[in-house]
Amino acid sequence: MNTDALIDAIVARGSVAKTRSMRRQYAVALFAGTAVTALVTLSTLGPRHDFAQAVALPMFWVKLAFVASLAILGTLAAFRAGLPGRRVSAPLCGIVAVAGGMWIVACAALVESPPAARAGLLLGDTWRTCPWLVAGLSIPVFVAIASAMRRMAPTHPRRAGALAGFASGATAALVYAFHCPELAAPFIGTWYVLGMLVPTLAGALLGPRLFRW
Amino acid sequence: MLRTSSKPAYDAREAKLRALMVAALAGDAIAYRAFLRELAAHLRRFLGKRLQGRPDDIEDLVQECLIAVHDKRQTYDPSQPLTPWVHAIAGYKLADHLRRNAAGTIARSDFDDEPDEAASNSQGAADAARDVAKLLARLPDRQRLPILHVKLQGLSVAEAAGVTGLSVSAVKIGIHRGLKALAAMVGRRA
Repeated sequence: MNTDALIDAIVARGSVAKTRSMRRQYAVALFAGTAVTALVTLSTLGPRHDFAQAVALPMFWVKLAFVASLAILGTLAAFRAGLPGRRVSAPLCGIVAVAGGMWIVACAALVESPPAARAGLLLGDTWRTCPWLVAGLSIPVFVAIASAMRRMAPTHPRRAGALAGFASGATAALVYAFHCPELAAPFIGTWYVLGMLVPTLAGALLGPRLFRW
Repeated sequence: MLRTSSKPAYDAREAKLRALMVAALAGDAIAYRAFLRELAAHLRRFLGKRLQGRPDDIEDLVQECLIAVHDKRQTYDPSQPLTPWVHAIAGYKLADHLRRNAAGTIARSDFDDEPDEAASNSQGAADAARDVAKLLARLPDRQRLPILHVKLQGLSVAEAAGVTGLSVSAVKIGIHRGLKALAAMVGRRA
């Protein structure tokens, strides 16, 4: 078949398409994955037992704002990674800035506290489980984002996989934050971030296999 | 972004292609045909500069890109410039092509370059053709059709995708798995 004949065949298949529907598919997938993660979290872990008191603490909201902004920037970066020719550097810089901000607050908290209390600020009571729960809870969101991504056109599959992984990790962390009793900045800056990096790494490894088109 | 031409030429082509694409996405078939023709010519230059291969290879790749542009046209946001979108798709397909050839798994020339002993013997050739047909019939369509079109009829991967309605990667995977399955069948009989 020569190229002109191929073009005729393509034109015969129709040309109408709406970018809006791609955005909607991604949003629907993200919502579905997050809903599954939220249901699993509520049914197995539940909200933190002192939820009513916690909402009165400013640090609860700082923590929530931290994970929420990472989730928003991550899902935006992952969406862009699925569109050929779109840059992801702006949301990536935002992610680094937000994480850096939390680390500055964490360092300040460590410096200001007496040496004996520092280990407690960093490790809390749940450092052993926190990153693994965040990573595990990210799986439904990752499946949802990856399935949407497969209908898109990621031109750098490894990068797209890593960003899909980060987005799912940050979204899972946002859900997990309603259960997690920890509020110290050093804890959040360390174990939450590690929890997000596990799916990021997994996504980078899976990307080239998942996103071939 | 790698430029294939001077700035004014780049801008002029961008404006023209984008206007055609926007009209096409709204359902204008004539604009779509003009867009694809214009795009094919541009891709031929873009890929020709980056791929020192046979003209056939470049044309195959141009066709693969055209199909990818069609299949993935939803990922183009009309508020964004078109050229980076097109170049990113072409760059991805080019990298894919180079990787495939480096791996040598399903290069089209697998059978082309070997002296064909069976062909010198018409009885042997007829037997071989019958055997191949029998073995092929045992493969599922998604493997049989790609092999039939690409390996036996000599279509390019992109053309086979167009004929069968499968995606380009599905055709490649079908060929790869189908040939593996055929080799296993032949191995069992021998």
